[in-house]
Amino acid sequence: MRWPVQLIIGAILSGLFVLAAAASFLWVPHEVSTLSIADRLKPPSARYLLGTDHFGRDILSMLMVGARTSIAVALVAVGIGVAAGVPLGLAAAARRGSLLDEIIMRGNDLIFAFPSLVIAILITAVFGPSALNAILAIGIFNIPVFARVTRGGALSIWTLDYILAARVAGKNALRISAEHILPNILNLLIVQGTIQFSLGILAEAGLSYVGLGAQPPTPSWGRMLADAQTMIYTAPRLAILPGLAIVGMVLGLNLMGDGLRDALDPRLRRARE
Amino acid sequence: MRIIRMTAAALALGAGPALAAQDTITLGMQLEPPNLDPTGGAAAAIDEVTYANIFEGLTRFAADGAIIPGLARSWDISEDGLTYTFHLAPGVTFHDGTAMDAGDVKFSLDRARAEDSTNAQKALFAGIADVAVIDPLTVRITLSAPDGGFAFKMAWGDAVIVAPESAETNAAAPVGTGPFKLARWVQGDRIELERHPDYWGAAPALSKATFRFISDPNAAFAAMMAGDVDAFPVFPAPETLEQFKADPRFTVIVGSTEGETVLAMNNKQKPLDDVRVRAAVAHAINRQDIIDGAMFGYGTPIGTHFAPHNPDYIDLTGISAYDPEKSKALLKAAGVSDLTLRMALPPPTYARRGGEIIAAQLREIGITTEITNMEWAQWLEQAFRGKDFDLTIVSHTEPMDIGIYARPDYYFQYDDLGFQALLALLDNTSAPEARSGLLKAAQGKIAMDYVNGYLFQLAKTGVANAKIKGLWENAPTQANDLTGVTWEE
Repeated sequence: MRWPVQLIIGAILSGLFVLAAAASFLWVPHEVSTLSIADRLKPPSARYLLGTDHFGRDILSMLMVGARTSIAVALVAVGIGVAAGVPLGLAAAARRGSLLDEIIMRGNDLIFAFPSLVIAILITAVFGPSALNAILAIGIFNIPVFARVTRGGALSIWTLDYILAARVAGKNALRISAEHILPNILNLLIVQGTIQFSLGILAEAGLSYVGLGAQPPTPSWGRMLADAQTMIYTAPRLAILPGLAIVGMVLGLNLMGDGLRDALDPRLRRARE
Repeated sequence: MRIIRMTAAALALGAGPALAAQDTITLGMQLEPPNLDPTGGAAAAIDEVTYANIFEGLTRFAADGAIIPGLARSWDISEDGLTYTFHLAPGVTFHDGTAMDAGDVKFSLDRARAEDSTNAQKALFAGIADVAVIDPLTVRITLSAPDGGFAFKMAWGDAVIVAPESAETNAAAPVGTGPFKLARWVQGDRIELERHPDYWGAAPALSKATFRFISDPNAAFAAMMAGDVDAFPVFPAPETLEQFKADPRFTVIVGSTEGETVLAMNNKQKPLDDVRVRAAVAHAINRQDIIDGAMFGYGTPIGTHFAPHNPDYIDLTGISAYDPEKSKALLKAAGVSDLTLRMALPPPTYARRGGEIIAAQLREIGITTEITNMEWAQWLEQAFRGKDFDLTIVSHTEPMDIGIYARPDYYFQYDDLGFQALLALLDNTSAPEARSGLLKAAQGKIAMDYVNGYLFQLAKTGVANAKIKGLWENAPTQANDLTGVTWEE
């Protein structure tokens, strides 16, 4: 099987950030929890590769630890979406047209009808700003996404002959869903997961930007952007660097998502060949 | 959200009036006043709009902090210091056309000191025993004890003279005696003042003044740069001042304010009720780092709750000098370990940035800080009124406000009989030397009790069009006095 180019580029790009985040657990160039005011707003140098911010913190270290925050929030949020959305979608597909199906799908529509970022702001405003509440807020909006994708994929598989065979063999809906449906829609879920992951990164940055995400002193890309705003004329790199990090990460994930779709979806693969 | 902010900036760019004729001015302010009645609200923004512009008192602050005559042209003090006789200026009318006389003075002062008064600074009037009208232009105030600071107290924005007919409606439709009257209040956006044609004193050079409310520092920067705002007397982003300095279109006005910025500690909250723990926090603070890191160097370190430009100020920063080792020893002596404190931070830059720096400094001595950023409404509700906080950072911008430490129910809850006795003695003393001595003792007392972490005196960093003359350099009180403001040709 030939790997699509965008998958490779995307994986390298986002892999860099994941690597940086992982590395930050073991080592960062400078500790981000200690401020050295005397070194504030230093331009890039051998000591501070990307310079320092207004508190004299090393920007490279901030970006590395900030990547950790972003990835953790987005990952858990996607996890919430998968854990709740996929079973809901499978159940809705298994009982197609039933009251259960209606309840699940109309509930999804209800959540979809709200602008997600505004509701996320509402949730964090009511329960207090913290990384945990940001995760919850973003995670809740991932549920209907996964439920819909799962149901759509599952419905088309339910009509296939081998499912009929399985039913004749006496397997119940739960077993069929777990043994036959889920493995066959996994590719859809992986692609959707990658895209939701990148949206989660964006949402976390947005919430942190307005002060509702991770609270100081936890570094976060969104808050780095917000802090840099008033210094954009005097020290533009303070805004440009975290901005680039967000763009790079999201672009990488989106490319990877597209590439995965091409690689995993048999229909697309056939069309290309 | 970035888009929303950019839209706000774009609106700010488009909505302002064109840089117009030379007798109008547009001033930027970060906060909008909740109402326009200085006798019924504590918000600094009320005075920043109304003081000396809409409302006047018997006396008033000059730009240098001196007390000069206001509605009272002069006053006599009796031998025993108990009776003040104020001689009012003749021909003074309120904006509604009614005359201002001694009856209005009596009404205003009696209203402010009444049992059910909603005045935010009732202590100013506590010493008044009686207000008597001698004739329409003379009013005699009898004090229960001699008070050398009485003329100063009457200069506060909270002590302005209002008319009985309009006192209840001043919050939305202020009627004062000042050179400007309210023309329009577009809530959330601007307040427009226009020249009062029948003003009793010298007519101001400006015919119209607009206060625009721009809370976002970036929008403020953009509005200044675009010329939508002619002056921003208290500019919210000190980091951009360098850029204004380099631009010949602007002048940067750096002065002093009455804002003692403190790390307030909840003196009744365990373990902060232990003076050793408070001392440990105080010794962990590196003031210069906070001034440099949060205010970009603008600010003067203080060691007590007193303004450094006051002649009675004593430098007590040594009492709580930066000494993390001492802090650790103090915490150990107090038997405190693994301490986690909550820090509530209101929106101003000094609090948000200062808080992050202090959190890092406290971490050095082993105290963990949980920061919660709050909007003002939430801060007032939870920290100020509800007293549900451990640490918070706020700048106390009222002049000569060391008296708040004598109020046990004030939000930091310092309840010390010795200090309360000291302040009571001060109130009853009018001899200048004795007052000076008592003020110094009071400064020492709160510094030694480590009531709060005293950080720095807030600098007044303003930006103005270089052609504007007559804006206050310092802020002896919360005010934007426009009476002397002119445009250079």
